[in-house]
Amino acid sequence: MKVTFPHMGNLYIPLRTFFENLGAEVVVPPLSSKRTLEIGCKYSPEFACLPLKVTLGNFIEALEMGADTIVMAGGVGPCRFGYYAEVQREILKDLGYDFDMIVLEPPQGHFWDLIKKFKYITNKKSFKEIYLAGKLAWKKIILLDRLEKMVNRIRAVELEKGKTDKAYKKALNLISNARDEQELAFARQQIAKEISSIKKAKERNLLKVGLVGEIYTLLEPFVNFNIEKQLGELGVLVERSIYISQWVRENLLPSFMKSKEPEVLAKLAEPYIPCFVGGHGRESVAQIVSYAKQGFDGVIHLLPLTCMPEIVAKSVLPMVSKIHSIPVMTFVLDEHSAETGLRTRLEAFVDLIRERKEEKEFGVLSGD
Amino acid sequence: MRIGVPRALFYYMYYPFWKTFFEALGHEVILSSPTNKKILKDGLEFAVDDACLPVKVFHGHIVDLIEKVDVLFIPRIISIEPGEFICPKFLGLPDMVKSSIPDLPPIIDSNLSVYKNRKGLIEHAKSIGTDLGHSSKLILKAYKIASTKFNSYKKFQISHEKLPLDSGQKSFFDSNSSYFSRHKNKCLGENTLNVLLLGHPYNIYDNYISMNLITKLQKNGIKVITPEIIPVKNISAGAKNLKKRLFWTLGKNIIGSTYYYMDCGKALDGIIHLASFGCGPDSIVGELLERKLSRNRLVPFLRINIDEHSGEEGFNTRLEAFIDVIEGRRRN
Repeated sequence: MKVTFPHMGNLYIPLRTFFENLGAEVVVPPLSSKRTLEIGCKYSPEFACLPLKVTLGNFIEALEMGADTIVMAGGVGPCRFGYYAEVQREILKDLGYDFDMIVLEPPQGHFWDLIKKFKYITNKKSFKEIYLAGKLAWKKIILLDRLEKMVNRIRAVELEKGKTDKAYKKALNLISNARDEQELAFARQQIAKEISSIKKAKERNLLKVGLVGEIYTLLEPFVNFNIEKQLGELGVLVERSIYISQWVRENLLPSFMKSKEPEVLAKLAEPYIPCFVGGHGRESVAQIVSYAKQGFDGVIHLLPLTCMPEIVAKSVLPMVSKIHSIPVMTFVLDEHSAETGLRTRLEAFVDLIRERKEEKEFGVLSGD
Repeated sequence: MRIGVPRALFYYMYYPFWKTFFEALGHEVILSSPTNKKILKDGLEFAVDDACLPVKVFHGHIVDLIEKVDVLFIPRIISIEPGEFICPKFLGLPDMVKSSIPDLPPIIDSNLSVYKNRKGLIEHAKSIGTDLGHSSKLILKAYKIASTKFNSYKKFQISHEKLPLDSGQKSFFDSNSSYFSRHKNKCLGENTLNVLLLGHPYNIYDNYISMNLITKLQKNGIKVITPEIIPVKNISAGAKNLKKRLFWTLGKNIIGSTYYYMDCGKALDGIIHLASFGCGPDSIVGELLERKLSRNRLVPFLRINIDEHSGEEGFNTRLEAFIDVIEGRRRN
């Protein structure tokens, strides 16, 4: 059995660790590229959202490399993601591929169902073995999230251009190659050393921008044109609202192990969207309010074209932005998005918030 | 009080309930005009760009009502079948309208969710009634009247195969209420062509959005079958063929009706799927439908996507070609 899965940012690192430690052979699809997008779009329904198309491309590329078992996540709606696997299975079947598709449904009280599926994928490994493999993968996720957070802070102030990204790449390799917890602990030290050796400029008035929106477009640098890096290059400190660890906590853990944090956060969106609207629509709004309260200079909102929950969010954004006095810019992403256009708009946005910030500070100085 | 009900979206399913309920409470129900050019234009102007056509049109209906009513009724519809959802945009509809259209009268945005169980409809009625300041005794009374009427209307709709199609200014419910229980649908002869028309009720029954699709089909002697006149148990039986339960009610109705007709050997001459551009659920449902139908190629299938730029000429041409195909097949 050769297991494969879709890409979403750095998710492939812990997933590979997990399945390999359980003795499965893993085929990691090539990182999402123009080709992935092209074949994905060719065979996907035209109005499906971008993540469906790109992940279909991932699957085809992995099947070409010899994978025969696809592991995909499911869902119970109302967001379309929950039905991705069903459509993708039919498309791949019509294309003539021979494969098995295992859909991990969120454990709404069926946590054992999830374990059973893992057992099937991993050739009836014991619960303990699954737990241990899961633990290492989870530690990698935590470390990856921390690494990404650090990189997004430092990139904006690095003195030597490109140094941070070099260290980032190296760190990803270290985390990816760690075979057990000891090696991972060692990798953590290495990474800390590497990152702290980057020379930083002393910037007092650093611009701070929050990134909110639909999870896939936030986490997958290929579809968002590496927006975090681009903002960093423009001298902006970036904070992203969703990390993989949160997604795993919310979707794969049984409810008693979930944190209360999301509920507290959702309260912030109450005046605008008082109830769950699927996906992260309500959370996007809540995050914007939260960033405004933390004194961020602006927020960027990402969504795939026709994303239903985020369209609801987008429609209330003008009001949120006005009431909390924080500039918000929305990027709608699809297969026709172009990097140059995004870059131009980003630069304009950064100029705007920089000017706004300077004006504010000048106002304070002159006693306005 | 004059309560404004937009003639859009779930109007086509719940109007009989809402109208009876409001009237039992002693209010006047004001319906917006049937969708027209101005309503569409207003909708395009106020709604967020990324919204789909029916949601934009809904915004237009709100604008149409603003001047005419004391209170606007924009329910937050979360779920209309236990364990199922509808499109996420309905969950945030009142929020979208509130932040997109200025100077609105007070809004009743009571939740309607039967996700957990069917009692959701009582809760819905209670919440509306409380917002309007009525006693719970009166609300319960009104609910009983409304739900009885609503249920018997649904039964009537299925048994008489009566599509919820407005005629002129008159709503489908009002124009049918005189027939109620005595009118029998014309029993059509053997030679009639049967076409299964799939799509969300607010697209297929809105004569403006659907460019009179149903009337055009009927004028050609075609019997139009839609999920609204297919008994629920048949739809559920059809939907059981799916590997995974579909969590959108309207999508389930579309797929369930198709599977039911395909698998039960019922005679069908053609299938039409009308979807609006950018419809999230239909991008998935339409794909499953098309793949299923193109595998066995038994029934001609026409898929029409509509948006605010759709022209009637192109639409007519495609429709005529489709009708030619199914008529030709019947002759052979």
